[in-house]
Amino acid sequence: MSTVMNTDTSSQKSAIKGAIRIEDVVKVYDPDGAAVMAVDHCSIDIPGGEICMIVGPSGCGKTTLLNAIAGFHGITSGEIYLDDELLCGPGKMQAEPGSDRIVVFQNGALFPWKSNLENVVFGPMMEGKLSKKEIYDKALSMMADAGLSGTENSFPGEVSSGLRRRVEIVRALMNDPKVLLFDEPYRALDSLTKSVMHEALLDIYYKNKVTIFFITHDLEEAIFLGHRLIIMSSRPCKPKKVVEVDIPHPRDYSVLTSPRFRELMEEAKGVVHEEAKKAFEAGEKEG
Amino acid sequence: MNTESLQASEMTGMALTMYRISTWIKSPKPYLMFMGFGLMLGLWYFTVEVWKLPRFEDMPGLTEVVTEYFSADPMYGTSIYTPEYYMHIGISLRRIAYAFFLATALGVPLGLFLGWSKKFREFIFPLFELLRPIPVLAWVPLAIIMFSGSETPVIFLTFLASFFATTLNTMLGVESIDESYSRAARCLGANGWQTFRHVIVPGAMPYVFTGLQISIGVAWFSLVAGEMVSGQYGLGYLINTGYIMITYPTIVIGMITLGVTGYVTSALVRMAGDFMMQWRVRELALGDN
Repeated sequence: MSTVMNTDTSSQKSAIKGAIRIEDVVKVYDPDGAAVMAVDHCSIDIPGGEICMIVGPSGCGKTTLLNAIAGFHGITSGEIYLDDELLCGPGKMQAEPGSDRIVVFQNGALFPWKSNLENVVFGPMMEGKLSKKEIYDKALSMMADAGLSGTENSFPGEVSSGLRRRVEIVRALMNDPKVLLFDEPYRALDSLTKSVMHEALLDIYYKNKVTIFFITHDLEEAIFLGHRLIIMSSRPCKPKKVVEVDIPHPRDYSVLTSPRFRELMEEAKGVVHEEAKKAFEAGEKEG
Repeated sequence: MNTESLQASEMTGMALTMYRISTWIKSPKPYLMFMGFGLMLGLWYFTVEVWKLPRFEDMPGLTEVVTEYFSADPMYGTSIYTPEYYMHIGISLRRIAYAFFLATALGVPLGLFLGWSKKFREFIFPLFELLRPIPVLAWVPLAIIMFSGSETPVIFLTFLASFFATTLNTMLGVESIDESYSRAARCLGANGWQTFRHVIVPGAMPYVFTGLQISIGVAWFSLVAGEMVSGQYGLGYLINTGYIMITYPTIVIGMITLGVTGYVTSALVRMAGDFMMQWRVRELALGDN
């Protein structure tokens, strides 16, 4: 792995699975015969256990990349590997969705007709490898760990949106995934709830080291959570600049006021602003 | 969230029903409701019996109908004391039950598959859409030719309207399910069949029950049409004979009975829906407050 990593976790990281290698991926949409390039020769190398923040303006094609990794749709050319195993590439342009890569959706996708606990046990119950008792015991202890005791028998519609997101992450972790794919999960939350969610997510991450592929357009969120920011150009989507966040983990909210945080913000802001402007102008032309 | 809504969300069954009734009585709703009924009955009474408006003079009046309805020895042969009255209700209810059960048992699975499988939809849906707009009355001759006796044609006609409503709403229900739910299920390791069972079926339920509400409504509609044309016994038959035999109060008794039985059956379907979709009831209870 060629990527420069943070000194504090590099030794543990090499042992963690879930390395994603995106190689020269192109995705062209073809609505009504007019080819639209969503992703343009994109290569990203994410070592196992890294929190990689994909930052870019709305509608730039970040989600296309996430959907390709998750297996929701195919790519036009290029390859994507998970731990050197081909997910999609020549001969198999669409990956098979699987419980080693679990998506946490933008608007949340807890099943509203199942209680929180039934949601959490869903993955292992479908797989059917463990006994029902083992699964429920594991679910209860993981929910307790994530501060979700007492919400087990409520339906998702009955708890706050912040708690819902936490249930969703626990549901994903129940399957022992190698990678969690976040598609702007905190977009709809207010900033206070968001800050609580960020700390909760890091807390969960420190306990269960997984690779995190996190899409966002919120720079503060990106720098606070990520080992690394990959700032994408607006359509077609392509890495434009990589910002290494050299603030050591574990982090808490005091990081936000540190001088290094502000320096990184400045560094990233210029690039992001430029891309957002381009996306805006492109959108105006189309409109 | 205030304490009242919290209570409502935690209560179930009998306690919840009692709580709802007590808040209902304390609200202006029941009094407005009685005012509405009063207005309707008043209008009836005055137009027919007091003002005797032209064209209204032959109509059965309020007092005449009420007297007939509750008379132990009814002048025109039908009241709450005559066994024939209950036989008509019973026969209509039985036909509704058969037709509604059949329409649900066939319509819900068909709708689920129509919504789920694109290929299946392309195969069946155009045909379905061509048959659906044909009014039930247009089916009457074929129904009589196709089925023997007087019972099966009526049940068939009743079934037909219900079936289309149920199937269409169930299909819309499947289409309404947010794609993220099926994607999440696939991510979590569910196979196609598991996704169908755990996501598609429960996700479509709210629409299915909307469909069943419509279905039970149109079932009564087609039942009466069927009974008027080709039935023996039943409330539609009662009304039609009332017209032919010039026993007008019987017509109104039949109509009121249809209103009540129709309302009760709708309420039963709604209750079944609430019972099966606790998650939705609780969500809505929170949303109201």
